[in-house]
Amino acid sequence: MHKSLLAAALAFLLAAPAAPATAAGAAKPPEQAWSFDGVFGTFDRASLRRGLIVYRQVCSSCHSLSLVAYRHLAGVNFSADEIKAIAATVEVTDGPNDQGEMFQRPGRPADKFKAPFANENAARAANNGAHPPDLSLMIKARKGGANYVHALLAGYKDPPAGFQLTDGMSYNTHFPGQQIAMGAPLNEGSVDYPDGTKASVEQMARDVTTFLAWTAEPEMEARKRLGLKVLLFLLVLTGMLYALKRMIWSDLH
Amino acid sequence: MTTPVWTNPVVRWIDTRLPIFTMMQHSAIDYPTPRNLNYWWSYGSLAGVVLIIMIATGIVLAMYYTPHTTMAFDSVERIMRDVNYGWLIRYVHMNGGSAFFIVVYIHLFRGLYYGSYKAPRELLWMIGVIILITMMATAFMGYVLPWGQMSFWGATVITNLFSAIPLVGDSIVAWLWGGFSVDNPTLNRFFSLHYLLPFVIFALVFVHLWALHTVKSNNPLGVDIKHPGDTVPFHPYYTIKDLFGVGVFMIVFMGFVFFAPNFFGEPDNYIPANPMVTPPHIVPEWYLLPFYAILRAITFNIWFIPAKLIGVVAMFASLFILLLLPWLDRSKVRSARYRPIHRQFFWILVIDCFILGYVGANPPEGHFIPLGQAATAYYFLHFLVVIPLISLFERPRAVPESISAAVLKGS
Amino acid sequence: MASTASTAPGALDTDDQKSRRDFLIVATGAVGAVGAGLAVWPLVDSMNPAADVLALSSTEVNIAPIQLGQAITVTWRGKPVFIRHRGPEEIKAARATDPTSLIDPEKDEVRAKKPEWLIMVGVCTHLGCIPLGQKTGEPKGEFGGWFCPCHGSHYDTSGRIRKGPAPKNLEIPPYAFVNDTTVKIG
Repeated sequence: MHKSLLAAALAFLLAAPAAPATAAGAAKPPEQAWSFDGVFGTFDRASLRRGLIVYRQVCSSCHSLSLVAYRHLAGVNFSADEIKAIAATVEVTDGPNDQGEMFQRPGRPADKFKAPFANENAARAANNGAHPPDLSLMIKARKGGANYVHALLAGYKDPPAGFQLTDGMSYNTHFPGQQIAMGAPLNEGSVDYPDGTKASVEQMARDVTTFLAWTAEPEMEARKRLGLKVLLFLLVLTGMLYALKRMIWSDLH
Repeated sequence: MTTPVWTNPVVRWIDTRLPIFTMMQHSAIDYPTPRNLNYWWSYGSLAGVVLIIMIATGIVLAMYYTPHTTMAFDSVERIMRDVNYGWLIRYVHMNGGSAFFIVVYIHLFRGLYYGSYKAPRELLWMIGVIILITMMATAFMGYVLPWGQMSFWGATVITNLFSAIPLVGDSIVAWLWGGFSVDNPTLNRFFSLHYLLPFVIFALVFVHLWALHTVKSNNPLGVDIKHPGDTVPFHPYYTIKDLFGVGVFMIVFMGFVFFAPNFFGEPDNYIPANPMVTPPHIVPEWYLLPFYAILRAITFNIWFIPAKLIGVVAMFASLFILLLLPWLDRSKVRSARYRPIHRQFFWILVIDCFILGYVGANPPEGHFIPLGQAATAYYFLHFLVVIPLISLFERPRAVPESISAAVLKGS
Repeated sequence: MASTASTAPGALDTDDQKSRRDFLIVATGAVGAVGAGLAVWPLVDSMNPAADVLALSSTEVNIAPIQLGQAITVTWRGKPVFIRHRGPEEIKAARATDPTSLIDPEKDEVRAKKPEWLIMVGVCTHLGCIPLGQKTGEPKGEFGGWFCPCHGSHYDTSGRIRKGPAPKNLEIPPYAFVNDTTVKIG
């Protein structure tokens, strides 16, 4: 009898879409241990702060973060003053004013992260025809998620002998086809970490990946916290329902 | 079943004018239910629960969603980031779609195994098949709404199926799109229909239940209800049993919603739709994969009929063939428990459907092509040849005289 | 219903079982009802203002260009806010009125933090119309302030209701002067 419910649960697990074949020849990103893994996982706040520095000083020169507002940083323990200060570093276009003209003003917490280019065409014109994708959902939008983004950032190598590298492209072991239009973004000491952490390529890749994991799933910590409570509640309720079921059916046998 | 006497004056006043309380008493409390139903019978009411969850979350999501190509993707992300509990409501709706199909597929295969489609339940079965087809249309259009890459390209591929129709195919596709490609008019009408169809399903479920309560539930033995000792009242026996089933289901369902919410999804759908770039590998949602495999299995023309048209016809036929099942299976015995050969072929069909799903998830190349063709061929052979032949030649085992006789012997 | 008890339970035993069963039914029902209520809450709460709406709930206005005796209307939380640069006569009229004689007694000193600046939500407290009187030439009502054309409510130069069906004075939003020329509303 209970076999059937178990089998249904199993079917739920198995019914996942079978993985489509991965694009030709990209190495499988190695599994990393992340602070946000698992049922109790949370975002490592120090790493996330460093990741924001990497994004602002390195990535943001080409990649937008258009779904994230400065005020969202409050969700990961940035203070109101810190958020105001971060937002105020950019100039955003607002308007029209009373004269009907657009004007520049310092950013406010309610503004979205300022995009480096006005539109896709401007981005392509500045990047050899390539369009640097928005990073807000990057971790959710790629197979392999955080492991993939981390592997990609740390995956720049010299091409093996005989590899035909197109002009303006870079060799990357984890990009499908191994040719990527983005030049190696992280170099030893690209940024200065105020907390004294050494800014190695590996460290920066980890930090910015943690930051992007947060931008992709800002609800994750609240989701897992609530999920534990909901499951605990459901276990109790289902246990009671089972006892009641046994009791009610007992007078039939 | 006797007509209940209502003591509460308000209830009595209403009931003598509109016997809604008597109806509820008869169909949800007194309804004589076979006493030997196993947990596979819980999936019917479970499907009803999921439908309610989907409609409730869907109505709320529609308050924040914007059906416009330039705003749809961002409006969904606003739900995820800024709307209070928006992420929860959207993840419940998203995973609810998958859960709905799992529950309904199990419900359908339970019917196949225990012969629930046989007389006098043919119409009950056929309404169920229509519900499934309506669900598929609803789910497909819902998947388009977030306007991600898979949304857009899934819509493009599926609507292009209709171009296979001879002579008028292209006109029909332009009509479906409301333009020359999948674009804003398409998104708008899909949103409208995605909102409408669940209520159509709701009405169909009502008819399904009406038919069920007319012919009464089948049971694992497949024998008719013969005397009162065969049944128990629905309440409290099956209300509590079904509620326990709902509890177990919710634990699994909420496990996915809170801890693996994108398990059933595709990463590509978190990339905004781009009509200029096709993702390397387009797959529909998992519950449509077997049908997608049948569509792609036909790679050859037959005489003058192009392969594309045959593929489309085969895909729709794979669903509509279920409508004919009550007449393809001539066996007098319902339950596969007493049909040794039929039972084995039932499991072969289950495996065949899993193979079709596996093939549908993979690119149409290499050994997947012959595998998909073989699985497709078996699917149709199973219904058109195997089932009629078994029902003619199989020697069923002795069926118990009645439900209560079997229950007493068992206990 | 037919039941065939496998053991013959004693009377005391069945009574005990019955009360245990009744208890379990009530307890499970209570837990289930709480669960259903909690499950509905996210759906209800989603309809409250979202985070991006709340983030825009304050606005900063430059009041330097407003001439004496003039007024502007700005939008705050989707509603019009009247900002009036009052002249000495208007202030005098507002302050001279004895508040106790009013429909909604309120001192002008409480309503205007700086006497020359009157800032209030421009929505009639009767049924939500926008009163006239902001632009020169518009009717200002019998008390020289604002006049609501929908049902004829008259407001004085402090935005207090003086005559007509409106029950309350025009609402004063939370505001603060950031500096001499900028006021933050909300």
